[in-house]
Amino acid sequence: MTLTATHLLALTPPILVCATAILVMLAIAWRRHHTGIAIVSVVGLNLALLSLIGVSWMAPLAAPMLAVDGLAIFAAALIMVAALACATLAHAYLAHYTGPREEFYLLLLCATAGGMVLAASTHLATLFLGLELLSIPLYGMLAYVYGERRSLEAGVKYLVLSAAATAFLLFGMALLYAETGRLDIAGLAARLGGDIGAWGLAGAALMLMGLCFKLSVVPFHMWTPDVYEGGPAPAATFLAAASKVAVFVVLLRLMTAAPAFQNSDLHDVLAALAVLSMLVGNLLALTQSNLKRLLGYSSIAHFGYLLTALVISDGLSIEAAGVYLVSYLLATLGAFGVVTLISSPHASSPYVAGAHGGTDAAGLHHYRGLFWRRPYLTAVLTISLLSMAGIPFTAGFIGKFYIIALGVEAERWWLVGAVIVGSAIGLFYYLRVMVTLFLTEAGMQRRDAPENWAIQAGGVVVLGAAALIVALGIYPVPIIEWTQSVRVLTGG
Amino acid sequence: MTLLWLILIPFIGGLLCWQADRFGDLLPRWIALATMLVELAITLGVWFHGDYHLGNAGMAGEALRWSMEWRAAWIPRFGIDVHLALDGLSLVLIALTGLLGVLAVLCSWHEIMRRVGFFHLNLLWILGGVVGVFLAIDLFLFFFFWEMMLVPMYFLIALWGHSGSEGRTRIRAATKFFIYTQASGLLMLVAILGLVFAHHAHSGEYTFAYADLMQTPLSESTAMWLMLGFFVAFAVKLPVVPLHGWLPDAHAQAPTAGSVDLAGILLKTAAYGMLRFALPLFPEASQAFAPVAMTLGLIGIFYGALLACGQQDIKRLIAYTSIAHMGFVLIGIYAGTQLALQGVVLMMVAHAFSASGLFILSGQLYERLGTRDMRQMGGLWGRLGSLPGFSLCFVAASLGMPGTANFLGEFLILFGSFPVAPWVVVVASIGLVLAAIYSLLLMQRVHFGPAQGEGRFADLDTREYVMMLSLLGLVLLFGLYPQPLLDTTGAAMSEVQRLFGAASLSTTLLTGTP
Repeated sequence: MTLTATHLLALTPPILVCATAILVMLAIAWRRHHTGIAIVSVVGLNLALLSLIGVSWMAPLAAPMLAVDGLAIFAAALIMVAALACATLAHAYLAHYTGPREEFYLLLLCATAGGMVLAASTHLATLFLGLELLSIPLYGMLAYVYGERRSLEAGVKYLVLSAAATAFLLFGMALLYAETGRLDIAGLAARLGGDIGAWGLAGAALMLMGLCFKLSVVPFHMWTPDVYEGGPAPAATFLAAASKVAVFVVLLRLMTAAPAFQNSDLHDVLAALAVLSMLVGNLLALTQSNLKRLLGYSSIAHFGYLLTALVISDGLSIEAAGVYLVSYLLATLGAFGVVTLISSPHASSPYVAGAHGGTDAAGLHHYRGLFWRRPYLTAVLTISLLSMAGIPFTAGFIGKFYIIALGVEAERWWLVGAVIVGSAIGLFYYLRVMVTLFLTEAGMQRRDAPENWAIQAGGVVVLGAAALIVALGIYPVPIIEWTQSVRVLTGG
Repeated sequence: MTLLWLILIPFIGGLLCWQADRFGDLLPRWIALATMLVELAITLGVWFHGDYHLGNAGMAGEALRWSMEWRAAWIPRFGIDVHLALDGLSLVLIALTGLLGVLAVLCSWHEIMRRVGFFHLNLLWILGGVVGVFLAIDLFLFFFFWEMMLVPMYFLIALWGHSGSEGRTRIRAATKFFIYTQASGLLMLVAILGLVFAHHAHSGEYTFAYADLMQTPLSESTAMWLMLGFFVAFAVKLPVVPLHGWLPDAHAQAPTAGSVDLAGILLKTAAYGMLRFALPLFPEASQAFAPVAMTLGLIGIFYGALLACGQQDIKRLIAYTSIAHMGFVLIGIYAGTQLALQGVVLMMVAHAFSASGLFILSGQLYERLGTRDMRQMGGLWGRLGSLPGFSLCFVAASLGMPGTANFLGEFLILFGSFPVAPWVVVVASIGLVLAAIYSLLLMQRVHFGPAQGEGRFADLDTREYVMMLSLLGLVLLFGLYPQPLLDTTGAAMSEVQRLFGAASLSTTLLTGTP
């Protein structure tokens, strides 16, 4: 297939993001200006987001090695929204950082482009390319505050473990290639047919393992809490939100397209992983006293719930996964956004990230009685946590409703039971954090968001996330209609 | 639209209270009081203008009749509507909610001194959620409100509660309450979804509407499982004995207003759920389950009564008596005769009055004595003005003295259940003796016996006097002349009885025993 103008037009959003990245790189070489670079990145991302609307008229369209279909557009929108939020939060976070600040946006833009390619890939080569383009900038972002030991540790830990997972993924691809001689997903699907043989199964399983590592599904979850805790808050936000969404979407595409992944043994293994993730993630979160670690464990549990949608890959599953991803993304942005704002060092504070050895304000004691100092910021965090716990009036409830509906319709009672038990355990630690926010205690004002946080861009982002969570929780029709219309293009 | 406003008013009032906090402590209290008075006034207005009489019960075969109804599409993907409807049963319970809401605001007037605005936000949102539960007849909407009202209740207990002795902290109690109810609620969600998908498989369309789901044909075992899903959720909230663990802690640690809401209204949502959903949706399964449910009710009566006798904390004692009273309610619901069901409604109302009266009194005691431990009380008669007198009246109501509404409720339940389950009634009647024992024990240990000190405590002020007098008046009014109440709920109850009774008829036909 040759590349035509139509294809190029359909690929405008990733091209725009890449162009912004190059522009940012050149601008940094020319002159360092933190706010200017941030504005250029945000404008570029917004343009790409706008062009996505135009592209959605042309979908579905199969470009070489990439599919511009409903799923890709959906994922691209989520990834770019997350990237926008991260860029805005990073601006507040890095404002008083003494080291180089501008490269963060460069890394962020590269990772965003990678995520978009990954989510649209219909060929194992683009899949690999996208995944690496997503991961490699993330190493840099996680270790960005390299003067801080924990940040460096997080970056290196993610690098080493991620490289190991990539090796598994590549080996799996090689096995599939040896079995079929094809690398495009449609070709794989055609060659493998019904019976996939031992090597095909091994290949599929290894690929699954590599991708599950990125999703931090139990038992590949060991890195998650440390990396979440150590990485700077905006980088952790991007990892938790955009990176996981992109990887999940590509897994969804693989599961729906290739019969190699529809093997019933593989589904049973996935179901077991889902149950394990829900239980282990929630149980380990119980004893955490660091909010970022806690959110790390809770994201393990959330991907356990999401795997349900992969195990039951029938009519409702893409819709359920879509709705759940949206609710997860918003809640994650809200919660991490608040952590970022609280941790954002401001001029009057003696705590400045980086060289001075300040870590993020993630210990639960920092948040004690936050409500009585910052009521709206606390409301945002409370709403995000309630959404993660799946309480009515939040988008998380609609997500959980979908997951349970999926399980009930397919009569997978074990999964439904695990979702219920997991949610009950999950409530315990979400409630613990929430009540901490409202407790009063004298002399606990060590960390605080700047006075004028609400009128700054970062404040607008978290308030917007909270407003969307509530709005979609009360009137979820727009999101349901959107995800319902998502179609997956399998050819390519 | 009136129905929608009934739900919205408390929510809006709550937000106003929160924002009014910056203008001082008094404004939120008055806003909250005004909100609940408006709510009560609207409900009473609806009551006087509507017609809730039995009508032609012979024509009961047709579709459900609501006296008011309001619906709007919400999530068309699954056929979910915002569908509100009112009949006699929901009307009575909403009026009760309004009244107890007013009392809850009044009784926290001096008790809650910190973060007044946020307190009333939570209080009013609980009440709004409860009204939503009583009005929703779309199962999704019902579940929505059912879960939603837990969050403000959690905050109410966790932030304004009393830390109890022996490591029983208020946060622990609140968390226990939340997890119990939320986890059982998810079971109900699974059951609701199971029912919806069963309906979908049968008719090819998704709907959460009550009237449609009632027509779903279900196999016997499916119906049983789905019914159990509903039953567990309601049983936790009622509470039924093996699932009652949260109740004593939540009550003991909650502020007075929280206890009033819990005992007065939240427990009633469970009984309402059984009457509105569990029985009509699964009449055959409920009929088959009735012996088990009645046995659980019996266990509750004795367990609650016996444990009440051994409590030192006055609020824990009252909490255990609630378990015993709800045992009667459970027996009445699953007996399913018209008389027993009417007794259940009367019992719910009466228990709401007597239990909240006792909780408010123990709150007033706490304000004066600074303790709820009965070992440190005794001999208070004559040292507290008219408080002991009121205590005696409400204790008498609680033990079911003739002349009070509680007596009529228990009497109707036992009388109505006798034809269905004579032995259950015989055993339950013994529970009445235990009720007398724990009630008098409460009176004896708090107000009589050797005095612990000499000085007099403050008498009831006007606010407290009015609260107690109006509650007492209502207890006596419905105890002496319950007919208006019974007329209002008659039609709704005969509908439940018709569905449940028809199932009983078919099962007896099937098994061939008379």
